[in-house]
Amino acid sequence: MPSLHVTKPGGAAGEGVIFSGRNLTKIYRTGELEVRALNGVDLDLFEGEMLVLLGPSGSGKSTLLNILGGLDRPTSGSVIFKGHNLTRLSESELTAYRREHVGFVFQFYNLIPSLTARENVGLVTEIASNPMRPEEALELVGLGPRLNHFPSQLSGGEQQRVAIARAIAKRPEVLLCDEPTGALDSKTGILVLEALVAVNRELATTTAVITHNRAIKDIAQRVAFFADGKIIRVEENERQLDPADIEW
Amino acid sequence: MVIAMRMLDKKLVRDLVRMWAQVLAIALVLASGVTTLVLSVGAYQSLEETRRAYYERYRFADVFANLTRAPKRLETQIAGIEGVGAVEMRVAKAAVLDIADFSPPVTGLVLSLPDDGQVRLNRPYIRSGRLPEAQSSLEAAVNEAFAKAHGLKIGSQFGAILNGRKRQLTVTGILLSPEFIYAIGPGDLVPDDKRFAVIWMSQGALEEIFDLDGAFNSISVQLLLGASQEGVIERIDQILKRYGGAGAFAREDQTSHAFLDAELQQLRAMSRVLPPIFLFVTAFLINMTLTRLIALEREQIGLFKALGYGRYEIAGHYVKLVLAIAAIGIVIGFGLGTYFGQGLTWLYQEFFHFPFLVFRRDPSIYLIAAGLSFSAAVLGALRAVAAVVALSPAVAMQPPVPPRYRQLWTERLGLFRHFSQLTMISLRHIIRWPVRAALTTLGVSLAGALLIVSLFSFDSVEHMIDVSFFLSQRQDATLSLADERHVRAVQAAGNLPGVMRVEPFRSILVRMRNGQYEKKLPIQGMPADPALLRLMDTALQPVSLPEGGLVVDKRVAELLHLRLGDVVEVEILGGWRGAERAVEIPGVRGANIGDAAKPLARGPRGLVNVAVADIVESYFGLSAYMNLPALNRLMDEGNVISGVHLSYDKAQENALFEKIKATPAVASIGLRGVSVAKFRETIEKNITTMVTIYVGLAVVVAFGVIYNSARIQLSEQGRELASLRVLGFTKAEVSRVLFVELGLLVIAAQPLAWVLGYGFAWLMIKGFASDLYRIPLVVNASTYAWASLVVLSSAIVSALVVRRRIDQLDLIAVLKTRE
Repeated sequence: MPSLHVTKPGGAAGEGVIFSGRNLTKIYRTGELEVRALNGVDLDLFEGEMLVLLGPSGSGKSTLLNILGGLDRPTSGSVIFKGHNLTRLSESELTAYRREHVGFVFQFYNLIPSLTARENVGLVTEIASNPMRPEEALELVGLGPRLNHFPSQLSGGEQQRVAIARAIAKRPEVLLCDEPTGALDSKTGILVLEALVAVNRELATTTAVITHNRAIKDIAQRVAFFADGKIIRVEENERQLDPADIEW
Repeated sequence: MVIAMRMLDKKLVRDLVRMWAQVLAIALVLASGVTTLVLSVGAYQSLEETRRAYYERYRFADVFANLTRAPKRLETQIAGIEGVGAVEMRVAKAAVLDIADFSPPVTGLVLSLPDDGQVRLNRPYIRSGRLPEAQSSLEAAVNEAFAKAHGLKIGSQFGAILNGRKRQLTVTGILLSPEFIYAIGPGDLVPDDKRFAVIWMSQGALEEIFDLDGAFNSISVQLLLGASQEGVIERIDQILKRYGGAGAFAREDQTSHAFLDAELQQLRAMSRVLPPIFLFVTAFLINMTLTRLIALEREQIGLFKALGYGRYEIAGHYVKLVLAIAAIGIVIGFGLGTYFGQGLTWLYQEFFHFPFLVFRRDPSIYLIAAGLSFSAAVLGALRAVAAVVALSPAVAMQPPVPPRYRQLWTERLGLFRHFSQLTMISLRHIIRWPVRAALTTLGVSLAGALLIVSLFSFDSVEHMIDVSFFLSQRQDATLSLADERHVRAVQAAGNLPGVMRVEPFRSILVRMRNGQYEKKLPIQGMPADPALLRLMDTALQPVSLPEGGLVVDKRVAELLHLRLGDVVEVEILGGWRGAERAVEIPGVRGANIGDAAKPLARGPRGLVNVAVADIVESYFGLSAYMNLPALNRLMDEGNVISGVHLSYDKAQENALFEKIKATPAVASIGLRGVSVAKFRETIEKNITTMVTIYVGLAVVVAFGVIYNSARIQLSEQGRELASLRVLGFTKAEVSRVLFVELGLLVIAAQPLAWVLGYGFAWLMIKGFASDLYRIPLVVNASTYAWASLVVLSSAIVSALVVRRRIDQLDLIAVLKTRE
């Protein structure tokens, strides 16, 4: 089994390990049934890298992302984020952790329908310590002209880009994306991926993207392959493809 | 199909179990409506039925008349009046009683019982013992309430001053009478069983004691079915005119009957004002909850349709759900209503003395309550169910169109610039569903209004007591004389021990007529500027009695449609002895009367025309007032009085009472201090019971509305709220989104609650007003504050219950599901 603690190739800035997960196990018990969603996962994430977690549904990638994002706790094992063990944090410390350090992008956008694009981003900038202006964040994802539209007035791709702007506006250390293109057609999906890549480049935000779409793996620097609650291998892409160049 | 329906029914049962808290909240609101309806109508019917049975079995008379003295031979004449079924002539006299170990004088009403043992009308019910022996001037039967109040038993003795002579009477029997279901002394406002007694004695003995040999001074008449009451009364008045007839009157004007009527009227008012409020709130809650449930089950509905269920089958499923909720409420309401209704009827035993109680459980009221409840529930469900019918299966399987929000014009003006995004979520949510927000506000305000309706009675009664017993009445005691005496009696009264001030009054019974409106009431003659019994105008300022002219209270003015300056026809009742000649009495000169300052002349047969000089405030009874000298000149019967108001030194009270008990001229005595205390005690006991019930009901409504609103909001916004939690908002911040919205609605509901509460209170008061008493509409600021406080507390408790659910939001599930 190849070592998973590989140093990030390419010599980009910020060589340090930002996340360090060791022997992560997650067991869900529903009545009689015991499901091992994670079964001894080790993974490091490096500052500024773009990582794709690839695998079929039910392979454990979302569980891992939820644990990294402070939404869930592992049954055993540890996650160190910049020297802090997330598994030891209290409920309110986890809330503070999400608030300060993590940006989320979800498959179904999870925008607040009663707030405009600008306000959805403002939601986060209001409570962050060093945010960018909402307009700036929306500009980054190419939505400058649609600031005052409500979610119901935006297409799916646009909504997802608002979600990305919302996630990055607080300048998080890490951006976690769970099937960000899962609800979109390929053309719109590419626009969303472009936004993610742009953010990763310009802000050097560590970005982890979950997908079951193999085509997407090519935009990453590293790809972790999931199956049955384990990482079966990690690949490094020699060249990151531009989202416009991939096809699905 | 049979199996298919069973599956839907299974779903129904599971839905009910799953939503139990909301179901219960709605069912309790409905149950409150059913309870108030069953309770008030049940108590009404029981009370009315008991009264009817009692009247019938004990032959309560239809028409009554008092007179000075008439020979018994009039009986044939009166019995011969068309429509008269039975006549009973008797002696009825007031007497002052002296009870051992009880200092205040007791007022007794002494009634005769025929010596042949054949009581034809107003038959007493013998609780224990027997009726007094014929011709015995030493035996008496007493009413049960009085016997209980003083612990009198068969064989007990008490003193009575009968026609100026004190006698020691022995109790032979303890009785109840249909005439004294509500036994209240002359001039009292509430019954005081210690100070008022009904005493039955042999007719022969009383005739002798009161020098009424072969004569009577009171008559009761029973009418035949279909007889003209008006006609009989008119005829009796004609016959008794020359015997000092004080005007015959029907049951409506008989004190005990009238008080029972007032109570029945209140029950009826309650059954009409309260249940509709609860039914409305129920309909609204069902509408809100079902609409949400159907939105959540959209895909299921589509699936049912796709599987081949008819749209009416599915609609029927939801209607059944609503009917099931209603059924739960109805069953609870039936139970509570029956239980409380019986309790209330028992409570009446304390004020109304019946020998037996008939619990009327008319099935129709249960049917009506159930019918109304089911209708309200179905009405509430109508819109939501119509949406089910209209939903096409293909559309239903698609996710619903996301709600459309828009910016508010106020935002464009930058008014909300300083609000946080979390607050904006709450505000836009309210504005996105304005009807629901308005109805929620209305529902909450109804809870507050209910509280105001119950709490304001404390304010009103306190006001009533203040005005009547402190501003207006300032005498310590009122002595009524057995017969009218020369005004010199004032000096005699002044010489009683401890007396500091004496004010005379004369009371005459009249019939007032203004066009088609007429009313029998007393005119009180009193000094021009009384210090003890003062009249207050509607602004509660003391009024001086003009030299001539009439001052009437507001109720009389309303009943007779009188305004300042109007001239009203007054017919003197009760054996007027004055000469029939014109007299000149100074008229009232005033702007409203203009030049109509013509002399007020007395016409033939004691008919006079008098101008209304002023209108005064009064909460009890019906009354008109005149300057005493003017009244005496009008009556032309000499300078006489019928009683005095006294103020006295409390230190000498016992001596004064002893003296009064030994004064034959005094027929009855009223004590203001005792009256106020008794009034307060009685009213407050009633109100406290009522307020406790109402507060419970209001809390049910407040909780029902707020809890359901919160649950529905949580269901609609759960995903948003969970998303916020994921984004790093704390539980408290996320809860705030929900609570700001709820809080705004609850706060907006307060002023509305105050207005509605005032309105309902006004309605109630209108419903309660009678010739016996009127409750002024007074709502203190503290009442509004208390009502709001209770509603806000209910809101906070509901919020805390829902907060627990916000804390348990599943953060991960929300990321994986679309709306």
